[in-house]
Amino acid sequence: MTGRRGGRRLVPAYLSTNGTARPSRPQLERLSLLTTSGTPVPPGLPAAQLALLDALREGSLTVVEAAALLELPVSAVRVLAGDLLDQDLVLARAPVPVAERFDPDLLKRVADGLRALKQH
Amino acid sequence: MASAPSSSTRPTASRPGIHLPDTARDLVKILVAGPFGVGKTTLIDSVSEIRPLHTEERLTEASAQVDDLDGVREKTSTTVAIDFGRISLPGGVVLYMFGTPGQERFRALWDDIAYGALGALVLVDSRRLDASFDVLGLVEESGLPYAVALNTFPDAPRHHTPEQLRAALDLEPGTPLVTCDAREAGSCVDALLALVQHLIDRRPPERR
Ligand SMILES: Nc1nc2c(ncn2[C@@H]2O[C@H](COP(=O)(O)OP(=O)(O)OP(=O)(O)O)[C@@H](O)[C@H]2O)c(=O)[nH]1
Ligand SMILES: [Mg+2]
Repeated sequence: MTGRRGGRRLVPAYLSTNGTARPSRPQLERLSLLTTSGTPVPPGLPAAQLALLDALREGSLTVVEAAALLELPVSAVRVLAGDLLDQDLVLARAPVPVAERFDPDLLKRVADGLRALKQH
Repeated sequence: MASAPSSSTRPTASRPGIHLPDTARDLVKILVAGPFGVGKTTLIDSVSEIRPLHTEERLTEASAQVDDLDGVREKTSTTVAIDFGRISLPGGVVLYMFGTPGQERFRALWDDIAYGALGALVLVDSRRLDASFDVLGLVEESGLPYAVALNTFPDAPRHHTPEQLRAALDLEPGTPLVTCDAREAGSCVDALLALVQHLIDRRPPERR
C-alpha cells in the first residue's frame, strides 16, 4: 500500500506540507494530550497550524477533541500537531501506555471513580 | 439508588467546556460498540461531562476498493461520524467513550480506535439481537475484553431469560451481561462498571 491511491490525498490539500516527509517521532494517538508550550509564535505560520494553536489557547485538548473542534479529520490533526511539535510550539503527552492499561491500580481507580460518580 | 438516576451523574445546568482540567492525568478509553440505532450516542450523552463530540472518519482502503466497484470513488469520499464523550473521575483518570459502529467494513477504523482501549461495552438491541453479531465478532477478533449491555426498548419481547440471551448471543460464561437504559446515567454507569469489574476480575492478560 502506498498510502495514496488514485491521486487522492490523505489530508486536504491546504494541510499538505509541500510534500515534505512525515515527522520522525512516533505517531500521535487519539488521546495524546496537546498543550501550548508558551513559545512565541513565529510569523508566517500556516493558517491551519494557527487554528490548532488557537484552540489550545484556553487549555489542553486531546488530538481527537481538537479534531472535533476544528472539524478536521484526526489524521490531519496528527499532521498539524506533529508540525507544531517539531517547532516546539506545543507539547504532547501520551495517554496511558498500552502495556500499562490493565494495571490493577489503574483499573481500581477507574472503578472507584465510577462508583463515586453514582453517589453524588 | 434513591433519586432519579438521570440527574445523579450528569451536570444538568451546564457542562464544562471542552478543554481538559489541569487535574487530568491518566487518559483511558473504552469502546461503546453496537449496530446502528442501538443507543451508543444516547449512552455517551447520558454520562459524558461534555456534550458528545464527533469526528468524521474516512473509511479504509479496503472499503475504498468496494467503492471502486461502484465507480463512485472519485465522487464520494465515504466517511462515518464517530462520536465520543468523556468522564473526568476523581483521582485524575479521564475515561473516554468512543461510539463505534460494528460492521465489517469499519474494521481498519475499528482497529485504530480500539488501539490501547481498556475494553468494549457492546450494546445489544433487545428487539434485534442478531444485529449485534457482527460487532461481537469484531470485538472477539480484536481481542478486546468486553461486557454486553442489553439496551431495553419498550416494545422489546419480554420473554428472554438471561440464559436464553446468553445462548442467543453465544456468550462465554465469564462475559458480563447486564441490562441498561441508555437514557439513564445511573444505569449506564452500572454498565460501565460491569465492564471495568470484569477487567479487574479476569485472569491477568498475557503481555503482548
Ligand atoms: N426507549 C429507549 N430508547 C432508546 C434507548 N437508547 C436509545 N434510544 C433511542 O433509540 C434511538 C437511537 O439511539 P442512538 O443513541 O442515536 O443510537 P446509535 O447507536 O448512536 O445510532 P447510530 O449512531 O445511528 O449507529 C434514539 O431515538 C434514542 O432516543 C433506550 O435505552 N430506551
Ligand atoms: Mg450515534
